[in-house]
Amino acid sequence: MRHIISVLMENESGALSRVAGLFSARGYNIESLTVAPTEDGSLSRMTLVTQGSEEIVEQITKQLNKLVDVVKLADISDGTHIERELMLIKLRAQGDNARAEIKRMVDIFRARIIDVSDDNFIVELTGSGEKLDAFIMAVDAGFIMETVRSGATGISRGSKALQV
Amino acid sequence: MQLSGGEILIQFLKDEGVEYVFGYPGGAVLHIYDALFQQDEVKHILVRHEQGATHAADGYARATGKPGVVLVTSGPGATNAVTGIATAHLDSIPMVIITGQVSSTFIGSDAFQEVDAVGITRPCVKHNFLVKDVNDIAVTLKKAFYVATTGRPGPVVVDIPKDITDPNIKIDYEYPQTVSMRSYNPTVKGHPGQIRKAAELILSAKRPMIYSGGGVVLSGASEALTGFVRSLGYPITSTLMGLGAYPATDNQFVGMLGMHGTYEANMGMHECDVLIAVGARFDDRVTGETSKFCPNAKIIHIDIDPSSISKNVRVDIPIVGDIKEVMHDMMTVFNELKLKPDAAALETWWRQLELWRNKQCLKYDRNSDLIKPQFVIEKLYEVTGGDAFVTSDVGQHQMFTAQFYKFDKPNRWINSGGLGTMGFGMPAAIGVQLGNPGATVACVTGEASIQMCIQELSTALQYSTPIKIINLNNRYMGMVRQWQEFFYDSRYSQSYMDTLPDFIKLAESYGHVGMRIEKPADVEGALREAFAMKDRAVFMDFITDRTENVYPMIMAGKGHNEMHLPPECHIDNPDDRELA
Repeated sequence: MRHIISVLMENESGALSRVAGLFSARGYNIESLTVAPTEDGSLSRMTLVTQGSEEIVEQITKQLNKLVDVVKLADISDGTHIERELMLIKLRAQGDNARAEIKRMVDIFRARIIDVSDDNFIVELTGSGEKLDAFIMAVDAGFIMETVRSGATGISRGSKALQV
Repeated sequence: MQLSGGEILIQFLKDEGVEYVFGYPGGAVLHIYDALFQQDEVKHILVRHEQGATHAADGYARATGKPGVVLVTSGPGATNAVTGIATAHLDSIPMVIITGQVSSTFIGSDAFQEVDAVGITRPCVKHNFLVKDVNDIAVTLKKAFYVATTGRPGPVVVDIPKDITDPNIKIDYEYPQTVSMRSYNPTVKGHPGQIRKAAELILSAKRPMIYSGGGVVLSGASEALTGFVRSLGYPITSTLMGLGAYPATDNQFVGMLGMHGTYEANMGMHECDVLIAVGARFDDRVTGETSKFCPNAKIIHIDIDPSSISKNVRVDIPIVGDIKEVMHDMMTVFNELKLKPDAAALETWWRQLELWRNKQCLKYDRNSDLIKPQFVIEKLYEVTGGDAFVTSDVGQHQMFTAQFYKFDKPNRWINSGGLGTMGFGMPAAIGVQLGNPGATVACVTGEASIQMCIQELSTALQYSTPIKIINLNNRYMGMVRQWQEFFYDSRYSQSYMDTLPDFIKLAESYGHVGMRIEKPADVEGALREAFAMKDRAVFMDFITDRTENVYPMIMAGKGHNEMHLPPECHIDNPDDRELA
């Protein structure tokens, strides 16, 4: 099963490599990993997406907790949660037909065109991973010049909060 | 007090109560060594190879319970230390390893003797630090000692660039008395609800088995465990790492379990209905095939490390906490519950265990003209009165020692259980002796293992550590040969050596006493003679039976009830069927 683990950790050099190293050393699967400092500059928040049986995910959370730099973590897929991923996609947009076609797709997916040049658009799209996949499927493969995705981030719903 | 970074480091070690630093100087740590030179409270033990430094510090830590401290230079100094760091990591030994690093401005430039020590050691330490500011040295070292010695202990590396220890940059120093880390707070107290549940299950057991491990030794919980086991009257087995935590000469002790464990311990595991695992980690050498592990048992697991729980084997009642605390709380609950173990069931269970024990699964041929390795260990036990500190290397000799030396006290049996590091024994013995001056220290080894760190014989002379080296010389890498005999049709690929050194001359050239023993009749006399030399290190080269195997043995994929017993056992006990 797919799990989203949010980790609060000391914002120190090497902290990220401890997590990445743990996953490779123990053979855990890592689907995506995002990390950035939080509103408290001494802490980073990491979102890890992983696949595994309940036993494996239990071990993953225990092993993460064991890392001395890890302050707190939660498997947010345990409860209701919101998950978002950002994609930037550069699309070849030459000629009126192509430009119109892309704009239609952007409207349908509630994406945004954030940069325009003579022969291409850059489109920004936020949503679940499936939605981003769907957009890629929907646009003509010939249009796609480049894509970049952030990996999933997420937050639990309700009054629960992951904080120190 | 205004001090340089190098001086702070040494002053900190003094303030922390560090007695010995095991190390080897080099470019990146010269400032530190200069500070070390100008004082004599912290004693430095100069090894001959950084691996030896880590093993010696490790042996010191295992025998004294205090953290071992290592100081090595950057680059090859750090990489040579890695094997010893990993050895300590797998056995959860508290150590602080200070590695020099090239100056901050050179980091990342492939400078002379530069390696990413923090990166290289990351997977084999409990934690590691890179010090980037001279103002951080003291607090970082304090954190390192705190992390290394609390919770589930382990090695911590502190990497210090050369410019951070610059003698010209002096700052105020004050010893940090305490340290707190929001991200690191090991659980010490067991959950009362879990303890109560466990206590009820323990008292309801018909065929209980206690399985204790190295965690008992590490937490200093030997006495607490012994009280717990005696009050229940239950059988107890131990892992390789846990030997000595419960007295091996006590009747309730059924011997070591696992791959080379006793028949009674392994059969007891297989047939038990309640298993109480204490400070053990269900290692593959202990469990055998996990799908066949303790098929009828409810399992209680007491451990300070939550990630040990249900890692290899699913447990029913986990208790996370320090064993000493949990044992104490458990005894309190026993008293409150006013229940007693089921005496009738226990009597039946013990009758069964005695039948298994009567099989005498450790039997070997006592009439051989050749020296049997088991016989040497038995005599070693007798001659040292069972009271020696015994280190070992890795292989058959390690298993024979675990089986035949009956350790009654914790911290006496010192070996590389987890990583299985050949070369560990002799440097570890030096550390053990330094931590216990005047004590009897023996290193049981083999002619293959001993050569992996043989250079430390020189260290043993420099610091006059009168260790006794028991070399069980069978001219084979014995355990490799045994596996090749069993699983590769006796194709002894690269497992023998026909160009062995003359160990007597070797010992003598290092300034020690060398002895060769070739006949069983000479074993005891030679041991007595060697151990009578209180101020000399002695290298005893026992020429043993080349093809002796370690029995009992559980082969890969087998359960605890599917042991191979020694041939001698079958002769005396034609009825090899389960007696239950």
